[in-house]
Amino acid sequence: MKKSQRTPYDGIVIAAPVTIPYVRYSIESAQWWIGRALGALVGEAGIKASDIDGLCVSSFTMGTDSGIGLTQHFGLCVRWLDTIPLGGASAIAGLRKAARAVQARDADIVACVAGDTNHVDSFRLTLENFSRFNQDAVYPYGTGGANASFALIARNYMRTFGVTREDVGRIAIAQRANALRNPHALMKAPLTLEQYLAGRPISDPIHLFDCVMPCAGAEAFLVMREETAASLNLRAARLLSTIERHNAFADDPMQVRGGWAMDVGELYAMAGVKPDDLDIVQTYDDYPVITMMQFEDLGFCKKGEGAEFVRAHDLTINGDFPHNTSGGQLSVGQAGAAGAYLGLVEGLRQVLGAAGPTQVSNARLGLASGFGMINYDRGLASGAAIFAGPSR
Amino acid sequence: MIDPIKPPRRKNPLLRTRLPASPPRPRSRTSHGFTRAAAEGRFMLQRCEACGAFAYPAREACPSCLSADLAFADAPRRGVLLAETTARVPSDVYFRERAPWRIGLVKMDCGPTIVAHLHADCAEGAPVRMSFQLDKSGQAVAFARPEGETPNMADDRQWREMTADPKFRRVLVTNGRSVIGQEAVVALKAAGAKTVFVGVAEPWRPFAGEDLLRRQEGVEVVTLDAADEKSAADLAADIGGKVDILVNTTEYVRAGGLLDRKGTSIARDEIDQTYLGFINLAQAFGPAMRLRGADGVNNSVAWVNILSVYALANWPAFGAYSASQAACLSLSHCLRAELRPGGIKVMNLFTGPVDTEWFQTVAPPKVAPRAIAQAIESGLKNGLEEMYVGDVAEEVRQRLAANPKALERELDR
Repeated sequence: MKKSQRTPYDGIVIAAPVTIPYVRYSIESAQWWIGRALGALVGEAGIKASDIDGLCVSSFTMGTDSGIGLTQHFGLCVRWLDTIPLGGASAIAGLRKAARAVQARDADIVACVAGDTNHVDSFRLTLENFSRFNQDAVYPYGTGGANASFALIARNYMRTFGVTREDVGRIAIAQRANALRNPHALMKAPLTLEQYLAGRPISDPIHLFDCVMPCAGAEAFLVMREETAASLNLRAARLLSTIERHNAFADDPMQVRGGWAMDVGELYAMAGVKPDDLDIVQTYDDYPVITMMQFEDLGFCKKGEGAEFVRAHDLTINGDFPHNTSGGQLSVGQAGAAGAYLGLVEGLRQVLGAAGPTQVSNARLGLASGFGMINYDRGLASGAAIFAGPSR
Repeated sequence: MIDPIKPPRRKNPLLRTRLPASPPRPRSRTSHGFTRAAAEGRFMLQRCEACGAFAYPAREACPSCLSADLAFADAPRRGVLLAETTARVPSDVYFRERAPWRIGLVKMDCGPTIVAHLHADCAEGAPVRMSFQLDKSGQAVAFARPEGETPNMADDRQWREMTADPKFRRVLVTNGRSVIGQEAVVALKAAGAKTVFVGVAEPWRPFAGEDLLRRQEGVEVVTLDAADEKSAADLAADIGGKVDILVNTTEYVRAGGLLDRKGTSIARDEIDQTYLGFINLAQAFGPAMRLRGADGVNNSVAWVNILSVYALANWPAFGAYSASQAACLSLSHCLRAELRPGGIKVMNLFTGPVDTEWFQTVAPPKVAPRAIAQAIESGLKNGLEEMYVGDVAEEVRQRLAANPKALERELDR
């Protein structure tokens, strides 16, 4: 079967990136967080809730609700609705679907929102009920979540490519430096390489500062056509290209690459740019070793050269490769499915010149990626998007 | 390499007793194919009948060809450990108490990759031998051991969580008058049991083999008549807190079914001795065993029943006896559920006619009492739940699976 040419995202824009600042624990519900994000979207865009005619929701902690329950809950009357349970790939997947919906005029303004609460037992309940394979063949092994699964992937990756903990630590340390400029980051103390290396072991080789902190929060943005944004007088970023892939490289005995590697050529070709052209990059950093894998799979260096790439670049806001400028999940916190949105929302703020204290000067072209759903032994979902600010 | 475990010291009553906890228990229905395999000590994976590919975890369709024809089949046990990790601070209560805990990802020679508990001697890049074991929740988990024997292999801390090894444990064999009971004592002592308590009813009455029993070091003859509620309770009051393994060798075999007997007196004895005896033993010893399910190196681990395979299909020549055994089998499932919170295994050994006086009219093949004793030992060491001892038992099992009606008709002869 011949692969057909994809339709470009001409005239599709993303506007009003909003973040509801995270808290470690919240007694509120996921619906409360999502409601606040929708309220912030409306406020930021200067529209009425009734102007939203498409809704795309991601959350782990909504209980029995899905998107449909939320329409009545929040008084929205939409003609396009999606609920995306793809964990760390939810933002890219949601953006892709919303973009096509507004392009085809099935909707004019789609609100993409992700939010999760974090009660003291939320994380455990999410783990227990994550997936069937996880229930049958991972959770009984006592590892309680992704730490041990990623530990196996990290150990194999680090051994295969000669990567040290110092190499991986550079990513976490640079992100902490970025986070110190973000007033909403949960991690507020500087992190040195010595402190990183001295972090207590969680599941070898994963140590404390390789892990994200589960928290509550929400993130959102609006997807619409250029003319809609113009009529609303909204500054918006143009969507240039996206990729999405699930269960890639199933024959690899262990994960050393994500689905990006399968589609990365198309990602840049569709956008008409090269990796070097990007001003800011926001990867999905549930563990820094996964970020290193993305540097390779997203074409910034070859497979196995991730450590060298990290050593050769300054990943901070003022560095030569500004990366996860808000501090990323590693330093801001992981608000469930909102963790998927964190990078994309921060990236949008960057190219819109609205990132405030974390702003990279002259950021015009950005990339955000997602990764999610460690269903059994590997992350299954991957995605990425390239977008440009109005000045490019 | 593993250091041998040391004999446990006398328990300090001031220290906290570690209470039983259960590893995560939920499984999909299909995944219980592994439970069945683990119960019998088999290594089975789903194999696609259409394309021959093995699959794991449990699936409803073949990931190679989408055929729904996935059957659990015995699979090659060999694999290679790709990567390992040691969980230091698991969130699960069971594992947190036992951390650090080592797991790994094994690439099986037959295809799938399996997340498995690791024996301490497993090394990355080296071959391993995979099995399914029943963990303390009673559910199946994959366990990787080194391909060859290593020193003190069975003393591995994680392996011992999966098994009921008699080493350093204290055992109660409920009936020392029976040959099976006497052979069991010898086998369990040889397997390293610290003490074997042997129940004897009316101990002033001499019995064959008594001298040998009393002469063995680490064997204590105790008074126990399982059919007597008070006798069981009295013994439990004395030694109930130090019974780590209970081997129920209570037996009462009489020929005959319904019409050739008059009245219910023999049936009543059968029920008194075996069924009510089971209840008396369970009520006397079960609660303390359940409470002591995580109590150190010599924690309480297993309850063993020796059942006639005719518990599964009535043999009219011994019809009432078969029925009493069926009742005990049913009770064993109840006991298994009730001991489960303590992580105590209930192991059933099914045997055909045993080579003892009560089966004197039955033609061979018959099962030697020693074979039953050896099966008890190996079942405990491997953490099994179901064993079929001898050719008759194995044959009945297969015929029952093939056609229960054929078996019923053919047992009537």
